[in-house]
Amino acid sequence: MGMGSDMYRQQILDHYKSPRNYGELEDPTFTHVGENPMCGDEIRMDVKLDDEGTIERVAFSGDGCAISQASASMLSGKLTGKTVDELLEMDRNDIIDMLGVDISPMRVKCAVLAEKVAQDGAKIHRGELDKSKTSTED
Amino acid sequence: MSQQNVGTLDIERIRSDFPILEREFDDQQVVYLDNAATTQTPDPVIDAMSDYYRYTNSNVHRGIHHLSQEASEAYERAHDRVADFIGASGREEVIFTKNTTESENLVAYSWGLSELGPSDEVVLTEMEHHASLVTWQQIANRTGADVKYIRIDEDGRLDMDHARECITDDTAILSAVHVSNTLGTVNPVTELTELAHEHDALSFIDGAQAVPNRPVDVKAIDADFYAFSGHKMAGPTGIGVLYGKQHLLEEMDPYLYGGGMIRKVTFEDSTWADLPWKFEPGTPQIAEAVGLDAAIDYLEEIGIERVQAHEEELAEYAYERLEAEGDVEIYGPEPGPDRSGLVGFNLESVHAHDLASIMNDHAVAIRAGDHCTQPLHDKLGVAASARASFYVYNTREEVDKLVAAIDDARQLFA
Repeated sequence: MGMGSDMYRQQILDHYKSPRNYGELEDPTFTHVGENPMCGDEIRMDVKLDDEGTIERVAFSGDGCAISQASASMLSGKLTGKTVDELLEMDRNDIIDMLGVDISPMRVKCAVLAEKVAQDGAKIHRGELDKSKTSTED
Repeated sequence: MSQQNVGTLDIERIRSDFPILEREFDDQQVVYLDNAATTQTPDPVIDAMSDYYRYTNSNVHRGIHHLSQEASEAYERAHDRVADFIGASGREEVIFTKNTTESENLVAYSWGLSELGPSDEVVLTEMEHHASLVTWQQIANRTGADVKYIRIDEDGRLDMDHARECITDDTAILSAVHVSNTLGTVNPVTELTELAHEHDALSFIDGAQAVPNRPVDVKAIDADFYAFSGHKMAGPTGIGVLYGKQHLLEEMDPYLYGGGMIRKVTFEDSTWADLPWKFEPGTPQIAEAVGLDAAIDYLEEIGIERVQAHEEELAEYAYERLEAEGDVEIYGPEPGPDRSGLVGFNLESVHAHDLASIMNDHAVAIRAGDHCTQPLHDKLGVAASARASFYVYNTREEVDKLVAAIDDARQLFA
């Protein structure tokens, strides 16, 4: 067969098999965790801000389907150099653009998990949110 | 019909009753292997329902006019048909609900809320569907009753020694799945019911995955309650069945009130209609009852034993093919008399949801997720599993397509 899948283009599979920025930061400015109960995906995002509040480094760890893990890997690179405001302005379209593939409606939650975790982490850091864990079902 | 050989089905003829099986996605014919979630609906069932709306539609038990009489007769007759199909004494023991879940809730609310207390135990199994697990867990929380779970062994069978430990004189009700929707295990429900009765407990059997594909006789099981859904047995959505022993249903009060379920109403109080109407308030699912009646006709015309034999043959073939893959973990017992026609599995290197998405690219429809059995998946140590489930119209060629899609997923993720 080997007709391949639209959703599993090389870039996604590459990030899934060789995730970038995988692990934990030693001195993150903020850390947050989240899950997608539908898939059982789990993501932890560590974010380090510089003195100006710009995102200096991002690391992620977790477990789950290829879409959730590849999305976290790609996001970890994309966020570097962005401000927290820019992070908070991102929406699911940005994530789908970043992934560069059509995400079927049932899988959008997998795709946006890392973004939601990073955004909630930033809001908690700013004192705008009180939550121990993010869920895509919230 | 019953004289025909078990296992020899005219699949081409059967498939022609299901136009949906001709659908194509990206020029590939759909391979529908998600029958444990819902089965497809054959033309005779769709025709019966549309004929009802075209020529008979009316409200039941109210009008003096011809149409209402005909609709009422059709609706009542469907109860008789179901009673006959599962070996109940008569329509008094057959209540139409929305689905299996509502059947569980009916007993939990009508019987459980008033009968359970802090000294009582509800015994479930680790392989319960959320339909019974969540329902009884929440009713137990409200009444102070304890919940115990009968363990499963390594092969995915119930540990019957543990069942004997769990069911005690404090047990008020046992609720168990007849066939597990995740493991495919066929549970010894007659033995479980006997155990419950030895301790004066009631037995509720969830037959959602059993009635569609094997002969079920509620009196032979001696279950006090038995539930199933129309849409998993070639019938429509929106209709489920609660069987209950008549003397128990008579003692129970309804938990849904309204029109149609009353005998006499004053400003101060009301009395209830006879069974089964006491538990069917408001305008019921009349067209769906007609559809369920037609679905039973359809299955009986094929022969339910032959449905079972066909499904088991496909499951055995799928089991063999998947096992030969080497990197596929299959859940539940090996093929045999206590294994039904569904196969839950995981491919080592690929998350079940990724697998289902890749399958979908091949137009192969399977289920991936927790299948409404989250605690069981916790026990299996996985977040999700994939499940292929078969029905009377599936073929060995479709199993081959399933395996080919698995090979493709493995290659993609290698």
